Parts: sequence; structure tokens; C-alpha cells
Amino acid sequence: MTIKEYLKKFEEKDERILAKIITMVEEEYKESEEILRYINKKIGKAYRIGITGPQGSGKSTLIAKLTKRLLNRYKEIGIIACDPSSPFSYGALLGDRIRMNELFLEKGVFIRSMATRGSLNGLAYKTKEVADILDAFGKEIIIIETIGVGQVEVEISNLVDTTVVVFVPESGDGIQILKAGLTEIGDIFVINKSDRIGADILFYELKNLIEISYQNSKWKPPIILTQAVNNYGIEELEKEIVNHYNYLVENNLLEEKREKAIIRELVNNFEKEILKILWQNEKVRKSFAEVSKEVLEKKLTIEEGIKKLIREVKYDQ
Amino acid sequence: MEKKKIKILIAKPGLDGHDRGAKVVARGLRDAGFEVIYTGLHQTPEMIVNTAIQEDVDVIGLSILSGAHMTIFPEVLRLLKEKGATNIHLFGGGIIPDEDKEKLYQLGVGKLFDPGTKISEIVEYLNNLFKEK
Repeated sequence: MTIKEYLKKFEEKDERILAKIITMVEEEYKESEEILRYINKKIGKAYRIGITGPQGSGKSTLIAKLTKRLLNRYKEIGIIACDPSSPFSYGALLGDRIRMNELFLEKGVFIRSMATRGSLNGLAYKTKEVADILDAFGKEIIIIETIGVGQVEVEISNLVDTTVVVFVPESGDGIQILKAGLTEIGDIFVINKSDRIGADILFYELKNLIEISYQNSKWKPPIILTQAVNNYGIEELEKEIVNHYNYLVENNLLEEKREKAIIRELVNNFEKEILKILWQNEKVRKSFAEVSKEVLEKKLTIEEGIKKLIREVKYDQ
Repeated sequence: MEKKKIKILIAKPGLDGHDRGAKVVARGLRDAGFEVIYTGLHQTPEMIVNTAIQEDVDVIGLSILSGAHMTIFPEVLRLLKEKGATNIHLFGGGIIPDEDKEKLYQLGVGKLFDPGTKISEIVEYLNNLFKEK
């Protein structure tokens, strides 16, 4: 099949072709460029929700229950579930689907698992592109699940319209919560497994923190107590996502947020490409080899080595 | 179009709860560098094929210990054909008598491994599959 035929079938909403097109982009086939160009004009209709939080906090189960609810109002939902690749074997065990069994036969629900393949920001490399493809395919809602994250993987918030951060009662005391990172990116906070001891303490600590750190923001993130497996609190989560959407729209923030994300993506990818070009340069590689030798022999400090390299790279241009 | 990463769906159809084998294989294939999707217990053929298509896997591996292999393997094959996904290779493992194995091989099922198989044998089998292509 030619790429034109693929795109025609994509247009006809052939799910198998959707899956194939995702693979082509994920694997950076040469057709990828044409696909992305084609898709570029069709994106922006879907509302994107990010679900992040530590390993085992119940993200996948929460997504399954939330999706079930959303199906009452929307027909087309896409889910991207990221899981880590092994840094040793480069293999991956993608297990988020186990919690989403109830969605496997739902028409209109498309789930794709993605391995991080070395990406360190909590998402797979091509997560944004895959979300765009699902958007162009006609998904009304796209839910992106990060891998189980620690404190610093905040990239998700640049990719989606609403970021939901999921904690569990064991996520830590006030000091953990005060630390930077995850607690700064939530539009909605969820304390899942809230039947466990400590949920109320975490609730109040989180509440205090939010009052301080979001005091200049018009949007005050709500905190929702859930028990995903028991379907408890999911209705409220859905309601707050809608509230956040309304907030973004009423304050003309949705477009602004999305534009910022596109520019950010442009910067990131530009920098990546520049680095690639740089490393392909014979002279740069040669100077680097020389400088690293000098650094290892302690003739130069790392800082001096870098200065020397930059001088040479600049001179080269 | 050449594929760089091989994706495998390991699924456990049927009503029994003996998923240790499937988990060991999933883990072993991960360690061999494959991307493995594991969907847990009680999968119906429809669920398995839907997942395989959405995830665009290259291979489906079924673990069957319940004796339902003569129903499930042919049904998965039929659904793959129905959905135009015959490029996906189907293999499996479990307690399957030799005479049933023969019948399933004739239907187009790939290798069926017995209990006690070493992970390295399965890895070698899968690697050979993609060397040929």
C-alpha cells in the first residue's frame, strides 16, 4: 500500500491503518514526514488530558473508570499509556492495559501502549505525535498516561490541556509535598486509594500547599479523593475536568496554552537537531576527542575543556 | 518499510488463573529486548485481536493451560483473518497434546511450546522469525 492509500483509509476511520500509521511515526519511517504534514492541518479538535503520578498510584485504573464515564458523553476516546523501556535490554513490559480490560471491546476507544525507549521525561519520545494522530483521526478526548513518575517528570503538563496528578496516601508527608515538581503542575489533584490510612492528612497538607503556591493563579486546583477500583470519586473527577476546561475557555487560555506548547516543542526539537548536526561534524568530533584526552590527563578541568571546545566550534563556523 | 522494534502481545485467554507461565515469558522476552504487551487474565479472542491490532504487534503469544486450545487458537486466527491482520504471527504455549498440536500447526498456528521450555528457546524462535523476513 502506498502512503496515499494509507491516508485515504485513515480518513475512512480504519482502526488498523490508524495503528499502522502510529507505528510509522513512532519508528520514524521515511513516510513519517508526509504523515505529520497531512495530520498537522487536522489537529486541535480533541481535548487532551494528562494523568501522572507515582508508580502504583492507580493511574491506569483511574483512566479506565474515567473513560467509562466519559463514554456517556463522547463516542471517540484515545488513550496513550507510557511504560518504561529497560535501560539494559531496551525491551519493555507494557502492562497498563491490564487495568483497562473493561475498555477492550468498547467501540470508539483506542488504546496504544508506548515504551519510553530511553526518553527520561516520563513520556515516550513520540507521545505528542501519536496524540496528534489520534486527534486527526477524530478522537474527541485523548488521555495520556505517563510512566510512574518521581518528582521531576513534568513534561506532560506541556502536552495536555488538563493535567491530573495522582497521589496515594503513602506518597509522603508535608515535606515531600513541599518539594518542587509534580505538585506544581497539577490542574487537578487526586488522592487515590483514599480508603487507606493517611488520606485525610495528605488532603490537608496538599490543600495548604495549593493555597500558597497557586495564590496568584485564578485557577485553584481541586483535590479529589478517589478509590478508582470501587468507582468512587470518578464522577467528581469528570466534573472538575469539565470545570477546568470551562475555565481555560472562558479566560481564553486554551489557545495560548496550546501555542506555548507548540513553540516549546519547536525549541526542543530544534535543539535536538542542532546537536545531531553538531555531532556529525568531523571537526567537532575530533576536537572533542582531543579535549577529552586533555581532561582525562588533568591538563584541563572540565570547565576549561568546555570553553576550549566552544571556542573551536565557534571558530569553525 | 523495515521495523526496528518487535512488539509482542502475550495474552492469557480462558477462565483459569494460571498466569505464572505467561508472566515469566513476558518478563523473559522483555529481557531479550522485545517490547511486550501483557494484558492479564481472562482474555477473550475478540479482546486479544482488538489489542493486537491497536498496538500493531508483530506477534501474539497465547498461554493456554485450560484445555481450550482447540477453540481459542482457531478463533483468534479467524478473527485475525476477518480483520485483515494475517501478517501477525500467532504462537503459544501450555499443555497441548501432540495430536492437537499437529492440527493447530496445519491451521497456521506457529510453534507451540511445552511446559518447561527455556526462555532462550522462545527468544531464538522469535528472532529466527524476523531474520527470515
